[in-house]
Amino acid sequence: MRSWWRSTPAAEDAAPPEPTAPPPPAEPAEDERRGWFSRLRAGLAKSSARLTDGINAIFTRRRLDDVALGELEDLLIASDMGVGVAEEVVDALRKTRFGQEVSPEEVRGALATEVVRLVQPVQKPLALDVAKKPFVILVIGVNGSGKTTTIGKLARRYQDEGRRVVLAAGDTFRAAAVEQLQIWGERAGCPVITRPQGADAAGLAYDALEMARRDGADVLLIDTAGRLHNKADLMAELQKIVRVLKKLDPGAPHAVLLVLDATVGQNAHAQAEIFRQMVGVTGIVMTKLDGTAKGGVLVSLAEKYGIPIHLIGVGESAEDLRPFEAEPYARSLVGLEA
Amino acid sequence: MFESLSNRLNEVFDRLRRRGTLSEDDVGAALREIRIALLEADVALPVVRDFVAAVRAEAVGQAVLRSVTPGQMVVKIVHDHLVKVLGGEEERGPSGGPAGLDLNAPAPVAVMLVGLQGSGKTTTAAKIGLRLKTRERKKVLMASLDVQRPAAQEQLAQLGRQTGVATLPIVAGERPVAIARRALQVARGEGYDVVLLDTAGRLHVNEELMLEVAAVREATTPHQTLLVADAMTGQDAVNVAKAFAERTGLTGIVLTRVDGDARGGAALSMRAVTGKPIVFIGTGEKIDALEPFHPARIAGRILGMGDVVSLVERAAETADKDDADRLAARLEQGRFDLDDLASQLRQLRRMGGMSSMLGMLPGIGKIKRQIDAANLDEKLLARQEAIISSMTKSERKNPKLLNASRRIRIAQGSGTSVPEINRLLKQYQDMAGMMKKMKKLGQRGLMRHGLSALMPGGGGFHR
Repeated sequence: MRSWWRSTPAAEDAAPPEPTAPPPPAEPAEDERRGWFSRLRAGLAKSSARLTDGINAIFTRRRLDDVALGELEDLLIASDMGVGVAEEVVDALRKTRFGQEVSPEEVRGALATEVVRLVQPVQKPLALDVAKKPFVILVIGVNGSGKTTTIGKLARRYQDEGRRVVLAAGDTFRAAAVEQLQIWGERAGCPVITRPQGADAAGLAYDALEMARRDGADVLLIDTAGRLHNKADLMAELQKIVRVLKKLDPGAPHAVLLVLDATVGQNAHAQAEIFRQMVGVTGIVMTKLDGTAKGGVLVSLAEKYGIPIHLIGVGESAEDLRPFEAEPYARSLVGLEA
Repeated sequence: MFESLSNRLNEVFDRLRRRGTLSEDDVGAALREIRIALLEADVALPVVRDFVAAVRAEAVGQAVLRSVTPGQMVVKIVHDHLVKVLGGEEERGPSGGPAGLDLNAPAPVAVMLVGLQGSGKTTTAAKIGLRLKTRERKKVLMASLDVQRPAAQEQLAQLGRQTGVATLPIVAGERPVAIARRALQVARGEGYDVVLLDTAGRLHVNEELMLEVAAVREATTPHQTLLVADAMTGQDAVNVAKAFAERTGLTGIVLTRVDGDARGGAALSMRAVTGKPIVFIGTGEKIDALEPFHPARIAGRILGMGDVVSLVERAAETADKDDADRLAARLEQGRFDLDDLASQLRQLRRMGGMSSMLGMLPGIGKIKRQIDAANLDEKLLARQEAIISSMTKSERKNPKLLNASRRIRIAQGSGTSVPEINRLLKQYQDMAGMMKKMKKLGQRGLMRHGLSALMPGGGGFHR
């Protein structure tokens, strides 16, 4: 596992000794400097390898008939794309290529084109409005999706860009969640506003915004406790956080990021739907895209809700949190070179 | 979590039920629906294929075509296969209950938890620790081997303090294998029965970390290695389960966040791929929200037959036994007055709210969705209790006494309004009616028809 904060001497010095820090594992340095696309590709390669192999197996010197199309649909479904979108893609192929001899490359190209068509509209970077002081980002999602880690990486990013970042440890429920964010804060070198476990998260958010304003911070990142979207009381708590923030700044939160775990299946739809209804999600971050199956659900999410997809996580380090880009994403997903 | 899958299958079978006879085309249509429903429920494709093929083999044929209720026949076939894929009836402990966690080895028994990041390992470790401590009177030591995630060891330590389960003191900079060895040493020295090893979350394709977990396994030879997986996992469940099974030698699976609304196909997928039992399910954020997995019950829940057994068991645990016996007797007699309703409301509150409760009742998924949509919360339960408390004893025994002026008095007494009282009484009448029908149908009838049999045709709840 790569660890940028340990491989950077300056950060090492700044951070106090960490009880949990393992010695830095050996890692080739050029890996750190690789372009983001190759990182994404490396991350996606494992999943797209399966998809690619499958497509090759189906289409090498083969007539595009109903059986072949059915198998292609199954392959798309197996990548979590969802039955509906998979059918759409296959229907598009059927209309143009049915009965033709097609090569795997052509099929992949057509598939990539279709994926790009669906996700291009939601490719929007997370833009900070510098006029907002601070620009308030609320980070939400179900348990274990990667909210705190995402905040840690974002904090590091903004801090490196020379912005003043304040973190609010709004997960006052889970054990040691506050400590987890504090460690991230120390690594990034930004203040973390905390309250004891069990404290009111909305009150904390209010205080944090007040304090961030007073300190002239550029960005306030507010962590929240993971919550299942079907728990009405927890969703109400989230609404309260938003309500309370608006008392200080009617425009806040300026961004509400929904963090989705890439391993999630079709339940991502329910999550997007309900979180959006409750607190108005402005963008999606998809984490853990460096596993095996993923991305598929992002395509169907894009089609259904059109919520901007800001960032994707393709690894452990801060640089691995990358802007989402439709074209390379689609091509990587179907196993094509950039 | 299996709510949505059961809805889909219910829709299929609603159509089948309406027909007197069943053609092969109908079976084909039903199977296509089942396939899509299973896929949308995140059951992995290979598992879906096997499942549908097996159901088709049985469904298309004389037995179905000649049977009086062909829809029910298909329901039964699907149900039986679901049970089989989910673990079958054979997986039972000596007492006839679910097998649970097998700790039959010389102490200290090492139990290792593995899984992806964010699947819920640390929380599950604490839940298992508490369960073993309170229910099986085991002396448990928990140790976090997670040196990756910030404050992960601190999290387990805090959970240990919360649950009163011992945790291994944290030594800064210690590597996972060393921590695991030290945990076993301490356990041997201090006479612990069980050592729970909570490992760091890792991707199954991360070679370095998979080697590390293999090293921990070698050093500790855990008696149980449990894969902790999120119930919301999609198609990837098969890859994850396969990889962890190959590299860490799984003995079982713990499914977390079953209290979400994910369709839970991962349960079917992982069970089918690994052949390992699902030992526990995580059913809530509270530290005691861990339950054994019952294949037959969950299959029944998928099909909208409800999880009556779990309901009764949970009721028995929460309510005192007298209450439960009284309730059972009343249900059997089909008698049900407002006192019973009040005691049920109290129990509902104790048992963790309405939604989680209603999910267990047969065929009540549709009602549950309506309730969720209506944003009913536990405050309502308290208000309803207040209403009943404001009634006289005779009113509670005989709600027919409640004329308009009595209702106004009760509204004032309970700080509510007459419409609220009317709603409560309507609800009571509906429930009392159901109880009567339940008595008539008996347990077998209930299982066969689900709650839809209890609903008046085209009634408010039924679509």
